[in-house]
Amino acid sequence: MGMTHIVDRRLNGKNKSAVNRERFLRRYRHHIKKAVADAVHKRSITDVERGEKVSIPTRDIDEPIFHHGQGGRREVVHPGNQEFVAGDMIPKPQGGGGQGGGQGQASPDGEGMDEFAFQITQEEFLDFLFDDLELPNLARKKLKDTEAFKYVRAGFTNQGIPAKLDVVRSLRGAHARRLGLGGARRKKIRDLEEQLEALKSAPEDLDPAFSHDDQIKVVEDEIARLKANVRRIPFIDEIDLRYRQHVKQPKPATSAVMFCLMDVSGSMTQMHKDIAKRFFILLYLFLKKNYKKIDVVFIRHHTSAKEVDEEEFFYSRETGGTIVSSALKLMHKIIESRYSPSEWNIYAAQASDGDNWNDDSPVCGKLLADSILPLVQYYAYVEITPQDHQMLWYEYEKIMERFPQSFAMQQIADPGEIYPVFRQLFERKAA
Amino acid sequence: MSSIVDRPNAPESEQPGERKPISTGSEWTFDLIQEYDDEIAKCAGEFGLDTYPNQIEVISAEQMMDAYSSVGMPVGYHHWSFGKQFLNTAKGYQRGQMGLAYEIVINSNPCIAYLMEENTLPMQALVIAHACYGHNSFFKGNYLFRTWTDASAIIDYLVFARNYVAECEERHGVDAVEEILDSCHALMNYGVDRYKRPPPISAAEEARRQKEREEYQQRRINDLWRTIPRPDDDEDPVKRQRRFPEEPQENLLYFIEKNAPLLETWQREIIRIVRKLGQYFYPQRQTQVMNEGWATFWHYTLLHRMYDKGLVNDGFMLEFLQSHSAVVYQPPFNSPWYSGINPYTLGFSIFTDLRRICENPTDEDREWFPDIAGSDWLETLHFAMRNFKDESFIQQFLSPKVMRDLKLFAIENDDQEDHYMVTAIHDDPGYRPLREKLARQYNLSYREPNIQVWNVDVRGDRSLTLRHIPVDRVPLGEDTEEVVRHVHRLWGFDVHLESVDEGTVVEEYHCPPPDLNDE
Repeated sequence: MGMTHIVDRRLNGKNKSAVNRERFLRRYRHHIKKAVADAVHKRSITDVERGEKVSIPTRDIDEPIFHHGQGGRREVVHPGNQEFVAGDMIPKPQGGGGQGGGQGQASPDGEGMDEFAFQITQEEFLDFLFDDLELPNLARKKLKDTEAFKYVRAGFTNQGIPAKLDVVRSLRGAHARRLGLGGARRKKIRDLEEQLEALKSAPEDLDPAFSHDDQIKVVEDEIARLKANVRRIPFIDEIDLRYRQHVKQPKPATSAVMFCLMDVSGSMTQMHKDIAKRFFILLYLFLKKNYKKIDVVFIRHHTSAKEVDEEEFFYSRETGGTIVSSALKLMHKIIESRYSPSEWNIYAAQASDGDNWNDDSPVCGKLLADSILPLVQYYAYVEITPQDHQMLWYEYEKIMERFPQSFAMQQIADPGEIYPVFRQLFERKAA
Repeated sequence: MSSIVDRPNAPESEQPGERKPISTGSEWTFDLIQEYDDEIAKCAGEFGLDTYPNQIEVISAEQMMDAYSSVGMPVGYHHWSFGKQFLNTAKGYQRGQMGLAYEIVINSNPCIAYLMEENTLPMQALVIAHACYGHNSFFKGNYLFRTWTDASAIIDYLVFARNYVAECEERHGVDAVEEILDSCHALMNYGVDRYKRPPPISAAEEARRQKEREEYQQRRINDLWRTIPRPDDDEDPVKRQRRFPEEPQENLLYFIEKNAPLLETWQREIIRIVRKLGQYFYPQRQTQVMNEGWATFWHYTLLHRMYDKGLVNDGFMLEFLQSHSAVVYQPPFNSPWYSGINPYTLGFSIFTDLRRICENPTDEDREWFPDIAGSDWLETLHFAMRNFKDESFIQQFLSPKVMRDLKLFAIENDDQEDHYMVTAIHDDPGYRPLREKLARQYNLSYREPNIQVWNVDVRGDRSLTLRHIPVDRVPLGEDTEEVVRHVHRLWGFDVHLESVDEGTVVEEYHCPPPDLNDE
């Protein structure tokens, strides 16, 4: 036969539908965005790293065609007759319906037929979540960052500009060259000088024909010639010159550090912490989309502050009072020792129920204004309380007036507000 | 009729017990697929099946979902609706609610058949027999396919279409192209002249003539509309009387492509592409029962022939028959799984019974099928495959026995009555009306509303009027407004659709809606 051609296509791309899928998501982005916003309201933190099921009303998604509607007279042939004979009358069920024209099939999964449900991936989930959000200053910083690179030493080269000349290396090279080029001749000179010495010290031969003078002359001439030769070896030659070599390397400005500051004092209930948690997660995911490398520093505080790991940050319990400035001080210290602002984009988010020792609040304001805000891209403060504000809030309000570009604050009363507040804080600002 | 070799019913030389199966396991390999295909091809040859060369492509489940969602087109332009289809398929598959089709086969030359890697060896053999020899010979032999599609050109045409659409997206933006495609898809089933033979699709031809067409089309359209703004024409009653189009047109897409006043050339070209694809699918929409019945009949017959030859063992047959019976299972009307007549069952039953009528006719058969009873079954089946579509095939070959076996009955639902009425069942007085009713059910113009271009107000507001002729007072469905909006988008001026039942307008649709017009 041999008419058949068998091909293994399994290694061919399988994402042939990727573009069509993307087109679909694009077309229904409004529906999907809403579903994502709803999901963020409801999800617990650990859930944020997965996709989401999205339902769109079938009505909005139908591809309309001309088809028959209900009504009129219609005859349909069915299989599996049991007891009917021609002429039988069967009462219609109340509420009409009956034989459709083959439209509207039953849903196979018992889901309402009015919903078209599908799954979006985590990646897509986040895309929609962060759609048209951008951190303030981000665009600017980003632009700068992509151009920022640093020079890294990469050995030596024999070409370069005078400013990069490495003197020691060059002289060392010259010395070696001089040794290399003159060595054999110097040895010869030494030998000849010994010979000359011997000749001069030897007793004079009576026979003028064997006089040493001629020999001495020959040796002396030879020595003179060799010495002149050696002298002609340049002290430093162009080939001795060594320049320091530097290559451009992109600066790791694609990295960001995120400080999470949270009050874990007794007044913070689990509900408060939950809200804070989600807010931090959002910020983290948001940064993750914009930076290749992100460090996260967790600082929790009550009367004193401590840098902790994520687990301890979210899950351990404390009691006692609150001194916010302790956390700010610690944060500043950590920046100074580990996160130079020239290399890191620094973000900070602080969550608190607003409680603070009244004496401490002015200290916080001063710390922020003088030592922290100049270093960070953005500092967001969320106060999780349904109650009236306390001293800290008013202190921070003054800060916000002075630093509108890098400081923002919002109040969150219940979990449903996290996402709107998050959006508000990080709303894209026209450049 | 092609030369049919031997009588496959009489096994050649094998003695019982002399079984030498090609393989016994259920794991497939490329060598085994090759071997099975060789043997199946030999069997198909014995039965005179005439096919295009086969191209069997082994693909993964994900790739099968891709193939699914592009309605079986191996190459397609991009559109969100295919993405929706994909999401739907993937959802069903991942939840295990829906097995993927074992196979997809494309009406092309060579005939491309996809085999899923997950299939067991017996399943691969079944698919090869079903698709590569069943469907393939149907594509090559059936008159509708021969008339409406050009198997050797379709892949090239699809490539042309995809490139053209991509180019348009680049030049005019994804949104603009998507709008046009949406509107065209809404009318895709109205892109065929049922009674005119179309020129075959050819990619090379398309590409070559496309430029020419651009210029020509635009000129043509200008000519049509040039007469509009001359008011003195209105004085001439003869000219005023003349209608455009002179005869109602059923090919809405063609009419719009050629006559819509405002479309740009690329938009007309896209309409043409969708129209051509509609034309490509047109035969499939009319031969589902026959095509599946034919393919099912042949996988059944070919694999039994393999068994008779001792090439497969009992275990193979057991697995095959299990799949086969699942495919041809017809749930009764009152079953929760019932969703209409299973085309596999109906087609397989008719072809199988046709063979029986030829080989072992009863008196009833002699009365009902005097020309066929006792004839050469292979010739008769091939004749049926070549020259019919579902409607005429059922009308011609549905036997009383099949009606009895399937226990067919017809129910009338008249919205003016408060009872359903059983109008015919599988008994002597019922056979003929039942057969007629079932045949009509597969008539495209009964299944889809009859809508035609009725008039264009060439000298007035340029509005386009479509006319729907209801059958048995069946009205248009709830999508109608939406589709009319799509027609409006393409036409560019007011669009009216009227349902006219025996001279009376029973329903009207307008875009834009009249109340908005008043302002």
